[in-house]
Amino acid sequence: MSQSKSTSLIDARILVPAIGDALRKLDPRSLARNPVMFVVAVVSALTTVLLIRDVMIGGRDIAFSFQITLWLWFTVLFANFAEAVAEGRGKAQADSLRRTRSETQAKLLVGESRADYKIVPGTSLKVGDIVLVEAGEIIPSDGEVVEGVASVNEAAITGESAPVIRESGGDRSAVTGGTQVLSDWIRVRITAAAGSTFIDRMIALVEGAERQKTPNEIALNILLAGMTLIFVFAVVTIPSFATYAGGYIPVIVLVALFVTLIPTTIGALLSAIGIAGMDRLVRFNVLAMSGRAVEAAGDVDTLLLDKTGTITLGNRQATEFRPLRGVSEQELADAAQLASLADETPEGRSIVVLAKEMYAIRARDMAALHATFVPFTAQSRMSGVDHDGTTIRKGAVDAVLRHVEEATVTTGQPRASADSLREIRVIADEIARAGGTPLAVVKDGRLLGVIHLKDIVKGGIRERFAELRRMGIRTVMITGDNPMTAAAIAAEAGVDDFLAQATPENKLTLIREEQAKGKLVAMCGDGTNDAPALAQADVGVAMNTGTVAAREAGNMVDLDSDPTKLIEIVEIGKQLLMTRGALTTFSIANDVAKYFAIIPAMFLAFYPQLGALNIMALATPQSAILSAIIFNALIIIALIPLSLKGVTYRAVGAGSLLSRNLLVYGLGGVIVPFIGIKAIDLVITGLGLV
Amino acid sequence: MTLNGWLQIVVYCGIVILLVKPLGGYMTRVFNGERTWLSVAFGPFERILYRVAGTSDKDEHHWTTYTAALLVFNAAGLIVLYFIQRWQGELPFNPAGMPGVAPDLAFNTAASFVTNTNWQSYSGETTLSYLTQMMGLTVQNFVSAATGIAISIALVRAFARKSVKTLGNFWVDLTRSILYILLPICVVGTLILVWQGIPQNLSAYTVATTLEGAQQTIAQGPVASQMMIKHLGTNGGGFFNVNAAHPFENPSALTNLIHMVSIFAIGAALTNVFGRMVGDQRQGWAIFAAMGVLFIAGVAVCYWAEAAGNPLVHALGIEGGNMEGKETRFGIAVSALFAVITTAASCGAVIAMHDSFMALGGMVPLVNMMLGEVIVGGVGAGLYGILLFVVVAIFVAGLMVGRTPEYLGKKIEAKEVKMAMLALLILPLVMLGFAAFAVVLPAGVAGIANPGPHGFSEILYAYVSAAANNGSAFGGLTANTPWYTVSLGIAMLLGRFFMIVPVMAMAGSLVTKKAVPASAGTFPTHGLLFVGLLLGVILIMGGLEFFPALALGPIVEHLAMLGGKTF
Repeated sequence: MSQSKSTSLIDARILVPAIGDALRKLDPRSLARNPVMFVVAVVSALTTVLLIRDVMIGGRDIAFSFQITLWLWFTVLFANFAEAVAEGRGKAQADSLRRTRSETQAKLLVGESRADYKIVPGTSLKVGDIVLVEAGEIIPSDGEVVEGVASVNEAAITGESAPVIRESGGDRSAVTGGTQVLSDWIRVRITAAAGSTFIDRMIALVEGAERQKTPNEIALNILLAGMTLIFVFAVVTIPSFATYAGGYIPVIVLVALFVTLIPTTIGALLSAIGIAGMDRLVRFNVLAMSGRAVEAAGDVDTLLLDKTGTITLGNRQATEFRPLRGVSEQELADAAQLASLADETPEGRSIVVLAKEMYAIRARDMAALHATFVPFTAQSRMSGVDHDGTTIRKGAVDAVLRHVEEATVTTGQPRASADSLREIRVIADEIARAGGTPLAVVKDGRLLGVIHLKDIVKGGIRERFAELRRMGIRTVMITGDNPMTAAAIAAEAGVDDFLAQATPENKLTLIREEQAKGKLVAMCGDGTNDAPALAQADVGVAMNTGTVAAREAGNMVDLDSDPTKLIEIVEIGKQLLMTRGALTTFSIANDVAKYFAIIPAMFLAFYPQLGALNIMALATPQSAILSAIIFNALIIIALIPLSLKGVTYRAVGAGSLLSRNLLVYGLGGVIVPFIGIKAIDLVITGLGLV
Repeated sequence: MTLNGWLQIVVYCGIVILLVKPLGGYMTRVFNGERTWLSVAFGPFERILYRVAGTSDKDEHHWTTYTAALLVFNAAGLIVLYFIQRWQGELPFNPAGMPGVAPDLAFNTAASFVTNTNWQSYSGETTLSYLTQMMGLTVQNFVSAATGIAISIALVRAFARKSVKTLGNFWVDLTRSILYILLPICVVGTLILVWQGIPQNLSAYTVATTLEGAQQTIAQGPVASQMMIKHLGTNGGGFFNVNAAHPFENPSALTNLIHMVSIFAIGAALTNVFGRMVGDQRQGWAIFAAMGVLFIAGVAVCYWAEAAGNPLVHALGIEGGNMEGKETRFGIAVSALFAVITTAASCGAVIAMHDSFMALGGMVPLVNMMLGEVIVGGVGAGLYGILLFVVVAIFVAGLMVGRTPEYLGKKIEAKEVKMAMLALLILPLVMLGFAAFAVVLPAGVAGIANPGPHGFSEILYAYVSAAANNGSAFGGLTANTPWYTVSLGIAMLLGRFFMIVPVMAMAGSLVTKKAVPASAGTFPTHGLLFVGLLLGVILIMGGLEFFPALALGPIVEHLAMLGGKTF
């Protein structure tokens, strides 16, 4: 995974422009998106007007009113600043993306021939146009390869400089605008018009320009608006209660109480948390098509994981030679090695390696042995060598047995005893049950034994699944293997369940069944035949190497095409929700201390007895109110790093996770402001500000 | 505080806890339409009722239909009760010859009994005829309680059912609560009360000559039949002005215990109904535990404040707790216990004058009501009230486990949060809003008996009690003036129905959701952690907004008393 785009939390290149953006976001149209901060801005404006009036008529406590007003505006600005910093981090990425989108020229094909094209600007291309892209040229827009094969440098979007192969047909046909063809040529059918290409969408996403509020964010905003209203009732009724008691409370003090009580902390940081969540995904080289998908990732109950590449290493490896009775291991290894010397498949190479490691059989020169390699074909399903009249074959057990039978028929004499036939089947079954693939080896029609090819389960994957189980997520392995092999690998890898002999249809059925039980399902896929399942899944992660159909069907695209990432995506989703919850809890819990700061200060003039509630022993009523409002503003700044970084997710049960977070953010939220307000009070009285 | 006092409190709590499971099990069977031992007697009658009403227990309704039925039914009850009062002078069963009730007072009383508040701006024995008491008030005592139970059952079904549109049938739920739950218990209970000496007759008031030779009118009437439902249905409207402090309403220690137990019985058992219906009784117990903690805390503070007494009185050489406004036959512990029970549940019956409690002792009933009467609460209302807090608590804290919040498998989304907040907004709006007007309007201030913070508490208490549909009076406030009768009447209607409609809307949305099966990643909602969280949310979300008002009322009064100043 590429970390080249990472930016640290404290980076002057982001912080300095963010200050300007914070001021620009004072635009009421932009403030109105956030109900809590909009209300704060409105009351700040109100106090400003009152302050000006007081200055003109020479009212009392001008210095105090001025400071309160100033900090009220700071509260709004800090919220804007938090959002601007979050966006700024995205912008830095967007800028680097935008550079790749520089004006390209496209060779629009007008006839059948490859030479029959005209040069047009890349931006004028329409969906369905066919363009020619040759070595060294930039692919003008997203599309699908309809002819040819080429190596493409996709570093612009993935950050990975190793070229990838893109070819027509199959599962590697999608190309992305802005990437560069390194060798050969391809004909590309354009699938996205200018402005809606993959890179355009990516830029819009990381910049937050297209940011839609996610369902959970909307719900949280309703809660915050509701709490704001409750405190409106609590505060607007105070003047009348005070009048009854024969006192008077200045508007500025009421505003201060109101602003400290409403959930400004979470209100200020809510959008920053959302942007940062998307940003964390982008850092992981995953593009979410919507914030909704990120939230859904946190809720996933069932993960469908492809066996190959996710649970096991991509290739099987030879781990054992199992000779028949009367054949030495050495003899079997020797024959197997010879049959595999010219076999370039990973399986073939692993046989050579195993023979060398276990029996010190060194590589031999094929030419010196007068050997000719017989490659694997779909008909024979075997490969091997012929040399000096000897034939060695290795292949699927049934294919090899058929080969032996055919030899028997042609020569008329049985080459394999009934015993050896039975024995080889027994060994083959054993291997299959253990999750391996048996390869039979035959030399001159005589069965020698079986090579055990094994699926190697990735290191550490068992622990990952155990972790997922603790998170409450069920893992299902998807494989084309037969049920016996699948069960063995599933047991070894520690997944909860498996789907053997998977087809696109039964994958889709499995997803529907899980969803019918109320579960949210995540899966990843790359082929066109995965598209229906990707579309059906609640979180469908398409591999960037995949087809256009798969990329359109999924709601996330993994630029690194690494299926294991599904696990990280789930964690990022959870982290996003947790951060919101933690800061909301913290924000609400803060109210207790603020009451104890402001209530005694507010009513002290006419009920001096209420001084007993001043448990923080704040110096004067004015310093108490000012300290509370300063704390309220500064806590926003203090929590920006947490909102951008996210609360750390631990894969422990929900119960212990909750008790930990409740302790830190709930109880901490009650205690911290008592200390903070007292400290600020000491400072401002020390400085003589009140 | 004495050991004996605490023993009485513990015995009371023990009886209530023992009742939860059997009564909960019985009520669950009733509302699931299963056979109970009363089905033989009432089954045929029940079916005839449905046939006459043109409905059937197979008929299930969408939340809008359910709510419309409920609103129409209550509106009709309001109108009927209004006119019974207005015309009682011409109607029978009026041996004392009571004239028709004034329009504003009739409105206030009608609103009060329809909303299960039972605030009494009138004095029963000098205002109402027996017919009004029986056909008007007692009937509403039954149906307003049944309405509350029906709503809570509809909301419970919203959590228990999966992916359906219907919440049940209001008429069926209403009928079953009355027929199988309220009536049988009341019949048995009333007989015991009559045995204990509560009058049940239609005789005219008795005029007696006292030993000093003075003439005294002794009020009586069909008291016992109203007493049982008054407590069981958390209504609280007394037959007599002094409510359960009157010897005819509460003649013995046994009747007092029956009153106290029946106030909590149904509300407490409903938590168990909830647990059973959602398929996990622990869920019900968790909610009951949260209620229990708040209740015990309230009792402890109130009992402590009353038992500690007034230091200014002690300075005069008079030892002991605060006995002002209390009956010696009940004493401090039981008076404090009763005050907390009646305001925790939304009953409002009283055996002592809350007005005469110590400032902090009187603050406990006030806080109980401000929290929205979720500590056991009014029958049904307590359960749906606390479930609103549960929804908010789950929404805020549930996020902290890294999932979209869900309760009992139902996802809590924008719609639920919106409705829960709307329902929670109405109480502070009505309580603080009306109080803010009353404390500055001459018509409002004219009603108070004491100056300063105590007078403030009197007004605040009235609106808090009305909006929370409690009905208990702090005392001291002269509430039978047009300003108070009308404004309190409106406060009661707003506090009841502006809460019910969002609750039902929330239920309507929840019932359509499919249930996500629980996993290790799901927030467990049956443990101590959840109870603690729920308590925190109730206190912070439901209580903090009242802190300024409390500071200006009981808190400053208490602090002033410590400084030697009383009001």
